[in-house]
Amino acid sequence: MDAVWCKALSEQVNADERLVWRGRHVSTSFLLEVGQSEYVIKIDQGRVSSVKKGPFAMGDWVFALRASEASWTAFLELLPRPGFHDVMGMLKLKHLQMEGDLYPFMSHLLYFKDVLASVRGREVNA
Amino acid sequence: MTTRVWIEPIVGRYMHLTLNGHSHRVYVEEAGTGVPLLCLHTAGADTRQYRALMNDTELLKQFRIIAFDLPWHGKSSPPEGWQQNTYRLSSHDYTEAILSVVDAMQLEQPIVMGCSIGGRIVLHLALEHPERFGAAIGLQSGAHVEPYYDLEWLHRSDVHGGEVSAGIVSGLIGPLSPAKHKWETLWHYMQGGPGVFKGDLFFYTADGDIRDRVKQIDTKKCPLWLLTGEYDYSCTPEDTAFLGHNIEGAKWQIMKGMGHFPMSEDPDKFLTYLKPVLQEAARARSA
Repeated sequence: MDAVWCKALSEQVNADERLVWRGRHVSTSFLLEVGQSEYVIKIDQGRVSSVKKGPFAMGDWVFALRASEASWTAFLELLPRPGFHDVMGMLKLKHLQMEGDLYPFMSHLLYFKDVLASVRGREVNA
Repeated sequence: MTTRVWIEPIVGRYMHLTLNGHSHRVYVEEAGTGVPLLCLHTAGADTRQYRALMNDTELLKQFRIIAFDLPWHGKSSPPEGWQQNTYRLSSHDYTEAILSVVDAMQLEQPIVMGCSIGGRIVLHLALEHPERFGAAIGLQSGAHVEPYYDLEWLHRSDVHGGEVSAGIVSGLIGPLSPAKHKWETLWHYMQGGPGVFKGDLFFYTADGDIRDRVKQIDTKKCPLWLLTGEYDYSCTPEDTAFLGHNIEGAKWQIMKGMGHFPMSEDPDKFLTYLKPVLQEAARARSA
């Protein structure tokens, strides 16, 4: 999972000029909880500028997306099974929780969905 | 270089109706001849969702396919004075709009087919007005849906309504949907008026709850078919199974790989499911 979120995410997002352009008004940081692991992902004008792995003594993030490792693994399948193919679907089916100030996320919902989906198909154990 | 130019068989017109005591200008389009098939779009969208059906030459030989934009949607403007009101779709107003179009177009026992909110209202129609319809087809039909996110996000001036609405529904589209159809479906949502999708969801998540009454639907009076995509997490396959198990005589099927917008997200695949159902429905209507 570290390779997906700490390395592949920034590579995939930052190499996608159109996706970065779509996120040009997004500058925020969010917590991604993957079971026992935590990552804080910082976005600057649509680019992933840093990803830090926790645990964090003083976590600094605006909103959080929390799901189990099994749920994120299912989400990352190239063709996920129903219910794990979309973060709002995971929310509806209670596989994922959201908290914090969701304004950056909801006001750029298509952007964030594509950011998270950009690493779909990556080997999670790499 | 020559460009092939062709004109679709779909013809659109505006109809003036009095709905809920107010004058409305309603956009209606149709194509084909034969058995009337009235199509109802999803929440926050419009008749363009049925563009593939209305261009299918095989269907148009047998069916007169009609679709209209609900007031506030597509090319049907809101009524005069709309700026002083918050739009909320009720079961009563939705039913009135459909029956008024049926009356105005003098449709004799049309087959009514709706998706999502349309898949819900066909249950109401089959229950309350079975004599008016030859058959009913519910796409993504469920008796009720609990809201699973704060609907207020859909209508606030500091969030682009079109983009957030498309963001909300994008995951409802099956992951195998061809990109051109996925993004056209999302474009329809991006063009919705402020608060319209949210207003439709009042019917979907509150007023249109029909769980307690679905057992009363008499499929001998109004035969009923249900088709639902397996990737739909709004109206889930389990929701449709509930209907299938509780409505005697209802026929239902889960469409593999498909989502919440079968007719627009993957029309070719959808037509392979729909065409046999339409043949059965047409036979039932004439029986």
